[in-house]
Amino acid sequence: MAVLEQTPPAVVQPSPTRPKKGLRKYWHLYAAISPFYLIFLGFGLFPVGFSLYLSFHRWDGLGSMEWAGLSQYQYLLSDSDFWNSIGNTIIIWALATFPMIFLAMVTAVMLNSAVRFKGLYRVAYFLPNVTSVVAIAIVFGSIFSTNSGVVNAVLHSVGIDQVAWLNTPWGIKVTIAALMTWQWTGYNAIIFLAGLQTVPGELYEAARMDGAGPIQTFFRITLPLLRPTLLFVLVVSTVTGLQSFSEPQVLLQTSSNDSTFAGGPGHSGQTMVLYFFQQTFDNNDFGYGAAVAWGIFLVVVLFSIINWRLVQRRGD
Amino acid sequence: MAAIKGSRRRGIALHLPLIIGTLLSAFPFYWAVIMSTHSSSEIFAYPPKLLPGTHFLENVRNLFDAIDFFGSMWNSLLVAVSVTFLVLLFDSLAAFVFAKFEFPGKNLLFGLLMVIFMVPAQLSVIPQFVIMAKIGWIGSMTALIVPAAANAFGIFWMRQYMRSAIHDELLDASKLDGANFLRQYWHVALPVVRPGLAFLGIFTFMGQWNDFAWPLISLTNPDNVTLQVALSQLNGTHGTTDYGIVMTGALLALVPLLIVFAIGAKQIIGDLAKGAVRG
Repeated sequence: MAVLEQTPPAVVQPSPTRPKKGLRKYWHLYAAISPFYLIFLGFGLFPVGFSLYLSFHRWDGLGSMEWAGLSQYQYLLSDSDFWNSIGNTIIIWALATFPMIFLAMVTAVMLNSAVRFKGLYRVAYFLPNVTSVVAIAIVFGSIFSTNSGVVNAVLHSVGIDQVAWLNTPWGIKVTIAALMTWQWTGYNAIIFLAGLQTVPGELYEAARMDGAGPIQTFFRITLPLLRPTLLFVLVVSTVTGLQSFSEPQVLLQTSSNDSTFAGGPGHSGQTMVLYFFQQTFDNNDFGYGAAVAWGIFLVVVLFSIINWRLVQRRGD
Repeated sequence: MAAIKGSRRRGIALHLPLIIGTLLSAFPFYWAVIMSTHSSSEIFAYPPKLLPGTHFLENVRNLFDAIDFFGSMWNSLLVAVSVTFLVLLFDSLAAFVFAKFEFPGKNLLFGLLMVIFMVPAQLSVIPQFVIMAKIGWIGSMTALIVPAAANAFGIFWMRQYMRSAIHDELLDASKLDGANFLRQYWHVALPVVRPGLAFLGIFTFMGQWNDFAWPLISLTNPDNVTLQVALSQLNGTHGTTDYGIVMTGALLALVPLLIVFAIGAKQIIGDLAKGAVRG
């Protein structure tokens, strides 16, 4: 009995001091990771929660907030300007992404076999990706200018009439897509190249022994083995492409007279994120802006899932 | 003989498209140089001029009159350098802990970090703006530096790097020699992961230098902006845009970036390729 009575305290006693001991033992580890989590709390987690809260309220950023329930989301569903911006974004994304992936893949396959100057090519192709979108959008605005642009001059020299690139619905979309294609093709080519270099050379040897031509080799060996890389490229370009902002903003801010976020004549270059900025900071409609932001988030997630599914299923 | 001829033809067939691709990549840079050396009347001439003109210095002078070029460049440098320094410090510290130590709550905290990685930026734009306005940071560079001072991507990247680069035996040996946590971090971990840090640093610098949307919103005083915002204002406010000036500005704004890229090109492209295979 006496023994039994004495044992529990012996076991319980260390437990109150154990957490303290743990904290004392690990405090330097928590301290080392704390800057990130503090910044995240203040400028990451709290803002996301707050923007959800905000999307259920009407607020101009100054006065008091007013409960709006789901009404802003209801309005969002019927907002033709928002749907227009979704359409614009997806068209621009498609115009940029498919040529970009095709060109990147072709470039990667060529780089994979051309041994000389590989490093030089890689640097040259990567350069567009590191330059500032603002500077490049300004340059593209000049290249695609109606009266003095070099694109129209080239078209003229082969007998095609001037195109008002930055003034027509399709011209605007093509110009933005051209800019995005230019910026991202080399980047993706290098990603594809990295994927290609993991394909064992014996596979190609065997294919050649069996008499497969280059096109057959590409579709039977290269493409299937590149699928994980393709998936990565597609998801990254979906997430970044659907959130494009700087390209249309800088290209089109001069050609629209109502707002710097309008996206050109007839809003035909207004992407989802441009629309978000217009509602929030031009119209000072912070509550509706928050609802738009969540709408964009949903579109991006949905679209990424669809793309993911399509690529994964193909050929399985 | 036939074989040599065949391989040469194959070489041309490969290099020709690659060279065309290189020229297309380089053309906008060339175009910016051409435009920056012409007066606006020459720029609007038809057909467009394809060779350099003689008005570069005049355009530079006009550019410096139109915007506070060096002031905004200083702002950009201040932000990019501070953010890069803080990201390297905070991310490598956190990454070291996640890569090499065990402690209660580690998996939970790291899982949270991976979730954060995926939250899109525009969801937090409005609240960030409101917070900055409340604490009086709107219009100052602090509004750009603090939220960017540590990021989930960098921690994830450095953790992967440290897990393979820092050997446990090395840490154990330093512990036997009486090294505490900070000494291990500074004298054992950091020297080993220098290439990883270089990649993260260059990438962070470039991202900050090129950032546009958030500085456009949060720097409300037009006299105190970063270079990218100043450039876009230059592009927008001139009724009929003077491409000579704007192009000169765009070109000069690329110079620091190209220098950083030239220094780190090997690091960036090599590590990017490696990271893509792993990811």
